[in-house]
Amino acid sequence: MNDSHLVKVSGVDKVFKRGSEEVHVLGGLDLEIPNGDFLALMGPSGSGKSTLLNLIGGLDRPSEGKVEVGGKRIDKLSDRKLAGWRARHVGLVFQFYNLMPVLNAQKNVELPLLLTKLSKAERKKRAALALDIVGLSHRTGHYPRQLSGGEQQRTGIARAIVTDPTLLLCDEPTGDLDRKSGDEILDLLQALNKEQGKTIIMVTHDIHAAARAKRTLHLNKGQLSTEAVD
Amino acid sequence: MKYLYLIFSSLKRKKLRTGLTILSIMVAFILFGYLTAIRQAFDAGIEVAGADRLIVRHKVSLVQLLPQSYEDKIERIDGVDNATHSTWFGGIYQESKNFFAQMPIVPEELFDMYPEFVISDEHKAAWLETRSGVLVGRGLMDRFDWKVGDRIPINATIWGKKDGGRTWEFDLVAVYDGAEKGTDTSQFFIRYDFFDETRANGQGLVGWYTVRIADPERAAEVAAAIDAEFANSAQETKAEPEGAFIQGFANQIGNIGFIIMSIMSAVFFTILLVAGNTMAYTVRERTNELAVLKAIGFTDRGVLGLVLGESLAITFVGGVLGLGHAWLLVSMGDPTDGSFPVFYLPTFDLFLGLILIVAMAFIAGIVPALQAQKLQIADALRR
Ligand SMILES: Nc1ncnc2c1ncn2[C@@H]1O[C@H](COP(=O)(O)OP(=O)(O)OP(=O)(O)O)[C@@H](O)[C@H]1O
Ligand SMILES: [Mg+2]
Repeated sequence: MNDSHLVKVSGVDKVFKRGSEEVHVLGGLDLEIPNGDFLALMGPSGSGKSTLLNLIGGLDRPSEGKVEVGGKRIDKLSDRKLAGWRARHVGLVFQFYNLMPVLNAQKNVELPLLLTKLSKAERKKRAALALDIVGLSHRTGHYPRQLSGGEQQRTGIARAIVTDPTLLLCDEPTGDLDRKSGDEILDLLQALNKEQGKTIIMVTHDIHAAARAKRTLHLNKGQLSTEAVD
Repeated sequence: MKYLYLIFSSLKRKKLRTGLTILSIMVAFILFGYLTAIRQAFDAGIEVAGADRLIVRHKVSLVQLLPQSYEDKIERIDGVDNATHSTWFGGIYQESKNFFAQMPIVPEELFDMYPEFVISDEHKAAWLETRSGVLVGRGLMDRFDWKVGDRIPINATIWGKKDGGRTWEFDLVAVYDGAEKGTDTSQFFIRYDFFDETRANGQGLVGWYTVRIADPERAAEVAAAIDAEFANSAQETKAEPEGAFIQGFANQIGNIGFIIMSIMSAVFFTILLVAGNTMAYTVRERTNELAVLKAIGFTDRGVLGLVLGESLAITFVGGVLGLGHAWLLVSMGDPTDGSFPVFYLPTFDLFLGLILIVAMAFIAGIVPALQAQKLQIADALRR
């Protein structure tokens, strides 16, 4: 076993039940991700990219197999413990940002910190710092509807990194953005990977985006490969 | 505490809907407060009724009179401490809408029987000296802006005068205050001796007796003994506890407590549907947001708490506004302009209101909150 492997997925099956019908999405899937990796995950729509990301982020459980993150079997944790684990170790970035419309940028970024024991002043300071890192210090009081798509996504990234998680999971982070804003987001992710050593897994449909990662894996028919299969 | 901001922010989401819901809840609690005060007004006499007092009236009805001579007979019955009589005068001051009770009684007996009436020695003495004098409650005096020394004309509807006149003139010489908040200070006491010698007929007849008993535990037994004493006489009696007597009096209008309870139940049931509907929508529309909260680490129970918290925030804002307005309205005074001897919102019912707010929040919020708790992140994020 290699200690530098932050994520270790072994023999994972994922089956969804749709009524009486069973959908096999992942079958005997293995994946190892070293600390500090920046992995792009590609594959046709419906191939199970989001499903795999959910399993690694502890948002869902495999039907079969093991998911280890930082040496911990997260598939074995209780719902309650898993929630706590997510709060401490995972940062999530979504395609449609998923910010709270009633909270301004600052409060959105502070949200994950509510689950910590940090004081109000400390929470405020850290949120400001995260917003600074993503280059949004001048927009802290703005509500999501007052921000551009790129700015919303940067707020989303600030929210994902504010707890200083080891693992950043991004599901099509540039999928809803124009080229220029998308590039800015990718610059940011690259910087987070290089300068702060964040391990990043990014689902994308865009080859340009994938090119920014250290490596790319393709998901098809429940299996991963280094080559795209058409 | 740190979640409060989150809870209150979410109320901003659908401002109109939240506002209307809060408004409905507010109206319900204004009704609650106001109707409570009205029920309280009807119950006031019953609550302050002495447990150690019985009322003895004619068996057939309150209108039938009893001989004054019963007093001694009642006082001789075992367990009776004291008995005193009252009579319904039924006069009108200026116009019939100015209704209030006037009663001829024996002053010394009144002081003894009703310790809850607080009167200065000076006023007591003045009344004992003035045959045409009256003792009035503070509330009644304020209602008509009377002052000590005023001469008050009352038109008789039942009791004509010997001289053929129907207008009785009384001198306001004494005022009483209530020892408790619920004490009836709307009464007008005439001296019985003056009344008896001035009335055209009915000499020696009185309306009913108030009887103080030595041991409240034996109330039923003493009441039975009194009725037995006068059984088979020309005027048979019915003795009952003062509280029951006043209740019976109020029930002539209808079962007020029941009517008010029915109205309030209907109102609260409706409001519960409104609040429940709002909460159901709040959760349904926010499936995605709630899933995101869970994704970033909120526990299932935490999300349940948030939804219940929102429900509480809405009902609390509406409920407290409602109770506050009710309190203001009630403190503006008796809506009947004097028919309610006491009109206020008891502290107990304010607390009851607060409990109702919490119960309402829970009932309206629990189903959506459980739905939020059960929400599967991966499922919900796909929607
Ligand atoms: N909760 C669920 N219940 C039922 N079926 C599901 C569920 N989640 C995913 N699926 C199915 O599993 C398959 C993989 O879905 P997934 O969202 O992981 O695909 P994806 O690779 O992310 O696709 P896309 O590129 O379109 O986002 C799909 O066929 C989908 O319908
Ligand atoms: Mg997907």
